Amino acid sequence: MELANIEKLVEKYLNAETTLHDEKTLRKYFKEGIVPPHLLEYAYLFSYFANTKDETFAKTIELEPKKFKKSTVKWFSIAASIVLLFSIFIGEQAYKRHQAKKQFEQISKGLRLLSLNLKKGEVAVSSLYVYENTEKNTVK
Amino acid sequence: MNQPDFLKMVSPFKDKVFRLAKRLLISREEAEDATQELLFKLWKSKEKISDYKNIEAFAMTMTKNYCYDRLKSKQASNLTLVHTNYKEKETPLDKKVEDQDSVNLVHVLIENLPLQQKTIIQLRDIEQYDFDEICKMVAMKPTAVRVALSRARKTIREALIKKHNYGVS
Repeated sequence: MELANIEKLVEKYLNAETTLHDEKTLRKYFKEGIVPPHLLEYAYLFSYFANTKDETFAKTIELEPKKFKKSTVKWFSIAASIVLLFSIFIGEQAYKRHQAKKQFEQISKGLRLLSLNLKKGEVAVSSLYVYENTEKNTVK
Repeated sequence: MNQPDFLKMVSPFKDKVFRLAKRLLISREEAEDATQELLFKLWKSKEKISDYKNIEAFAMTMTKNYCYDRLKSKQASNLTLVHTNYKEKETPLDKKVEDQDSVNLVHVLIENLPLQQKTIIQLRDIEQYDFDEICKMVAMKPTAVRVALSRARKTIREALIKKHNYGVS
């Protein structure tokens, strides 16, 4: 296509008045033809557009990543609740044992005190026996 | 619709979705994630899809909205990443390198456009959709689309000329 036409098209292109067909013509021209210096910027522009269109989404499309995630979350919560229940159970037992130990200690302390005081009484009573014996002896 | 059918259906436009996502989100990884997510969403709503006349246009609209939301929700700090390391490369070794540079420059220039212009230029100049379709995808009136496109093209052209003259003088 002649230069005059291209110049006209380029003008229209800048004003966004070109049709897709016009733009195809431009793209072809700047790709193949020898571009005059005053239109060089369009050559860069269109070659950039062409390059960019080559880029593709190379990854494989996964259609159930979410489902997998959801089920793992579910299993995690089940596991967590089991662990929680178990630890509550263990904790309860430990608490009970602790409580029983405490009670046992209290009782044994009480008993010890009691026996200590009883011993004091015994000593006192035994001195009484001594007194009684000597009294008997002297009376005889 | 089973999986192979669905994959067959999306294969003509999955690259377009990816390229639009990449244009808007800039980073390749983000764009890949977005594409994956969008295709999965499409798959989930596969019963509804059959009602749409133009699934491709629907997918592109979805992509646009999804990416806009993503950009809104987090201030994309990677926006500056690409063009900061660009300017240093201004040593024209030979013609070929210079050409490649100018082509790369177009990428940076488009990146710096406003979001809307970026979207429209991607849809028109790279994916070559016609105006009616673009209007639907971006939910804008035809005149507004044309104005935005014209502005985008002019901005890029002027920047390219500036760069070129600078190199010559």
